[in-house]
Amino acid sequence: MTTPRDVPTRRVRLEAVGNQIPPLIALIVLWMLLWGEFSWLNLLVGIMVGIVVTVAFYLVPVQLSGRVHPLHTVVFFVRLILDIVRASIDVSWLAVKPRLVTSNAILEIRLRTRSDLILTWTAVATSIVPGSIVVDIDRESSILYLHVLNMNSAGDIESFRRRVLDTERRIVRGFGSREDVERMRGVRPANRRAARSNGKGQS
Amino acid sequence: MSALLHDVLTAILVLVGAAMCLAAGIGLIRFPDVLSRLHAATKPQIFGLMAVTADVAINNFSVGTVTLVVAIVVFQALTAPMAAHLVGRAAYETEHLRPDLLIVDELKGRRDEGRTSATD
Repeated sequence: MTTPRDVPTRRVRLEAVGNQIPPLIALIVLWMLLWGEFSWLNLLVGIMVGIVVTVAFYLVPVQLSGRVHPLHTVVFFVRLILDIVRASIDVSWLAVKPRLVTSNAILEIRLRTRSDLILTWTAVATSIVPGSIVVDIDRESSILYLHVLNMNSAGDIESFRRRVLDTERRIVRGFGSREDVERMRGVRPANRRAARSNGKGQS
Repeated sequence: MSALLHDVLTAILVLVGAAMCLAAGIGLIRFPDVLSRLHAATKPQIFGLMAVTADVAINNFSVGTVTLVVAIVVFQALTAPMAAHLVGRAAYETEHLRPDLLIVDELKGRRDEGRTSATD
């Protein structure tokens, strides 16, 4: 007995379950990484633990973009590691150098994406690189508030802003949605300046 | 020859890891306020940890160690920014910061705006 109303609800339910599958797979992979070997028993226990965790600690489903560009994703990760290395050396030098001058800034950076996933990735990627911490996030308008170490001039601030926006662009190119890719392409470079002055006008 | 190379690589990686931890410790003492100390406390060891775990992976090369190393680094990379963000945000909210150290504070106007609109 299937009434017409059954069909959409079943689809919605299927979609809700489908959205839980990528995190579930990630959990299973993590379980195997922790054990350090592949065996069928590990896989079975991993699936069980994964399901228990997904059900017990229910998260709001994240809208995945459904698009992955392997080369750009690799570029993003390699660049991230290089950034971490370079910035770690900078911050370490700042800590040990004889004359300590601290001049920091809290900056408002307007991202162009409208996706929670990209916003989160950009926030984590910028705050994993030494020298910047996310103090606050405005989710509605995709704004990151970052505390940045060692900013001495307006030029420093501008180049830092550009660095965050470039990180965002690399992430979107790697695994952002098609609309975001279009948006990135559309806003360069004239709109970026507009976005920046817009940000200044707001604060 | 390759043994020598191996030793040199090990020494470099361990020393880099140690140097990063040392710098983090020094920064923790020398930096003047909560937010800048957070930078020293959370960040340089990510690189230090990567160096040390890479060294472990090189010395006991097996699938098990490499996957474990990947898991360690990924976990650290995911959790450290969250911890820093929570502490930083709490410090900002409770005004445990020194405005004289900031050359720009673009969050301040925003907060005041929110506050006045909330009281209206």
